[in-house]
Amino acid sequence: MLSTAADRVASASRRILVAEPSTAESTKKLQRSAAANVVCGFALAGICLLAFSLRLFSVIKYESVIHEFDPYFNYRVTQFLTKEGFYNLWNWFDDRTWYPLGRVVGGTVYPGLIWTAGIIWNVLHFFNIPIHVQEVCVFTAPLFSAFCALTTYFLAKEVRNQGAGLFAALFAASVPSYISRSVAGSYDNEGVAIFALVLVFFLYVKTINTGSLAWATANALSYFYMVASWGGYSFIINLLPIHCLACIFLGRMNSKLYVAYAPFIILGTIEAASIPVVGFNAVLMSEHFGSFLAFGVLHAAMGMLYIKHILPAKTYNAAKALALSAGVAFMAVVAVLVVGYVMASPTFGWTGRSLSLLDPTYASKYIPIIASVSEHQPPAWNSYFTDVHILVLLAPLGLIACFRPMTDASLFLILYGVTAVYFSGVMVRLMLVLAPATCCLGGIAADQILNTFCKSIGPEEGSGGWVGLIKTWMDGEEPAAQSDSVSVDSRPASSSTSSAPSGRRQKSAKNKSKEAAAKEAEASPFNAFNLFGGTRDKLPRDVGIIGALFFFGMLVFYVFHCCWVSAEMYSAPSIVLQSRSPQGGVHVFDDFREAYGWLRHNTHEEAKVASWWDYGYQTTAMANRTVIVDNNTWNNTHIATVGRAMASPEHQAWQIYRDLDVKYVLVVFGGFVGYPSDDINKFLWMVRIGGGVFPDIKEPDYLGERGYTIDDKAGKAMLDCIMYKMSYYRFAEAAQMATGRYGFDRVRNTNIGVTDVSLKYFEEVYTTEHWMVRIFEVKDQPSRDVQADTTKKAKNTLKRVSPSGKNRTPPVW
Amino acid sequence: MDALNDILRSFRGEYNKTPVKIQVLDCFLVYAVFTGLVQVAHLLLVGSFPFNSFLAGFLSCVAFCVLTVCLRMQIDPSNADFKGMSPERAFADYVLCNGLLHLVIWNFMG
Repeated sequence: MLSTAADRVASASRRILVAEPSTAESTKKLQRSAAANVVCGFALAGICLLAFSLRLFSVIKYESVIHEFDPYFNYRVTQFLTKEGFYNLWNWFDDRTWYPLGRVVGGTVYPGLIWTAGIIWNVLHFFNIPIHVQEVCVFTAPLFSAFCALTTYFLAKEVRNQGAGLFAALFAASVPSYISRSVAGSYDNEGVAIFALVLVFFLYVKTINTGSLAWATANALSYFYMVASWGGYSFIINLLPIHCLACIFLGRMNSKLYVAYAPFIILGTIEAASIPVVGFNAVLMSEHFGSFLAFGVLHAAMGMLYIKHILPAKTYNAAKALALSAGVAFMAVVAVLVVGYVMASPTFGWTGRSLSLLDPTYASKYIPIIASVSEHQPPAWNSYFTDVHILVLLAPLGLIACFRPMTDASLFLILYGVTAVYFSGVMVRLMLVLAPATCCLGGIAADQILNTFCKSIGPEEGSGGWVGLIKTWMDGEEPAAQSDSVSVDSRPASSSTSSAPSGRRQKSAKNKSKEAAAKEAEASPFNAFNLFGGTRDKLPRDVGIIGALFFFGMLVFYVFHCCWVSAEMYSAPSIVLQSRSPQGGVHVFDDFREAYGWLRHNTHEEAKVASWWDYGYQTTAMANRTVIVDNNTWNNTHIATVGRAMASPEHQAWQIYRDLDVKYVLVVFGGFVGYPSDDINKFLWMVRIGGGVFPDIKEPDYLGERGYTIDDKAGKAMLDCIMYKMSYYRFAEAAQMATGRYGFDRVRNTNIGVTDVSLKYFEEVYTTEHWMVRIFEVKDQPSRDVQADTTKKAKNTLKRVSPSGKNRTPPVW
Repeated sequence: MDALNDILRSFRGEYNKTPVKIQVLDCFLVYAVFTGLVQVAHLLLVGSFPFNSFLAGFLSCVAFCVLTVCLRMQIDPSNADFKGMSPERAFADYVLCNGLLHLVIWNFMG
């Protein structure tokens, strides 16, 4: 009784002793941290604004138009959604494409992006703001890039601290690799999918740190949004098992990992199976087996931990031996079953696209369509620098910083960074997945660098002024990191402080734990670098100031580079082209839309249009005509049929097109103005893909003496095929009038081989202003008098092409 | 064999010391596992059509087990990882997660 009363008095007096000085101290600290949070909020608002406005260059330079090819399909599906509603989208069978097969859109599209734009449009129209669907589609990606910057802030803040979060958000708002796929007008899956990716990672890390099932629920919901948005969700479903296994085998396993991982996997599998495009692949394809394996291993490890927790030591050892032998036997049985199942399929259970990531040579050997897409090629070294700039330097620093101190969250970031670097090296398109990783790692490094410099500049902790504000803001989160490291690394240190509490202030206890942590850090092997010594060593004040200035200069260069890249490189809508005339004005090439508009207004509604698959989506969206093949490329044989037709002489091509009910053939030709991405340059891929299915198309037939050319030394089959004929029909005279040289092709830089091209089975119906798109009609009967037709057309041409010397079309490239 | 008996005996002895709340949760676990096994037996005997219904039912049993294990860990007083979490908060999270789980299952069952 007496002792407990004495204890109570002692503890009360202790509280009074320590209360007064620390109240004033703590209110000042509270005020400073509140001010710091306000500044942080304004900074984040500015970062979101930066992210949005950096992506608006194409709208300013050209107009608010949808870019490229794939976004046109997404736009068309969104139009359908706004007209017909959510339920009808699931059952939509599109008969305007892949004639005569059609396409089950409901089952083959990733609906996340469409839902997002549809919901935004519905909300706007509910409030009677009549914004057209196209505008909503154009501006969805910049909006979600602002959200992505916010989410990157939260992710890096969860891994390290608020300062790292702010830097990561700034990097993520402006990193060029993300800008390239999310400019205004680029209405593609990646625009929202990268936001969903970072959101899933943030919520996963939050769940690991807090261990709460509420965060795990939010994580599962965001994963549903991710699966709905992009095929790249398989990256998540394989990265999280790698992290889980790494935690188990590095001895970092605890119950919070179980709460984060296990519910997510099961809920995620059912959610993935609910999306029709994934369907039963969620349990049957090898991409997901890694997650199930890690699920099993996690349960085994948790079981062992529970038994260890419950049993005394001796019995535990016997139980462990028994469990291990039973477990190995069970795993052997499961392994035999899985290997048997997987060997039955020719791709070991992986889908073609995933296999081409694991084995980079797979696509070029077996699936030439995947190999032909330019964004599936490995990136050149300089594209790393263009796409992430100084993060090339900062991200490896951040990687090292994640090791000290290593938490579950920083281990996750390490694994994310390393796997993303590998996959970005396989396919340039996956630089996009690398971007958030480098932003977070770079943010951590930048925060540490600035931390070191600012500590050297300012006076000690606890002083006033703006420097103190910054330091409090950066140090404000450090006690959490410190206590984390205390609980993980230096348990004896905390017990020593608790054993002698009387008369000591809280502050000195913190100092003690800092010293203990510092002593702990000394013993670690990373001390040799002493790069992140932190509290111990301070640089001289001048070095700190100059270093901070240099660092800010580097950041200025980074933002400058990002603005330049966004304005010059990634803002081209590629459906409208621009070039500078010698007088300094801008010349616009709007040929694509001109051709699609002509098709829309001058052809029968049910007419079928054949072209190479690149232009399929644009044709259905803008010309509103049925096409034979489009960018979905799901049917290789159908594409090979069109390729074979383009590579055949006139009569065979006419037969093939008549069998397919084709009325119009569309080719893209750049030789008149110098547009290099035309069909003649893509022609070899048509031959390869066609030859992959039809053995009578052989690539060597189309190569001449000097390889692939279209001059007089070209291959015989090349000069006979309709691609050549349709591209160069009546071209020789037009080139004479435009450039002064008879039959000079501006892209290939040679004169064409055969200048008097005649067509018997096709009739030219439209050629755009700069000859970039040419439309031919498939005749019912071959024409009898070929010469008369050609001269009649040539006379008509004289009126349209401008005489040389005055208004020559400037070359684009 | 003797070793196995020893292990089981000492395990049973230690298990009886766990609180009654946790033992009730363990009964739920056994029930859910049993339901899942019944569904697998049905799959093996009768066939896999319709597969989505089987997946929905089986995965709902597995997920329910997982969530109950999470709840069990969170309210177990001897577990040091969840020191700051009150049992009421743990139960509320559990109900929320189960709500999402059953919503997704109901949608997928067909």
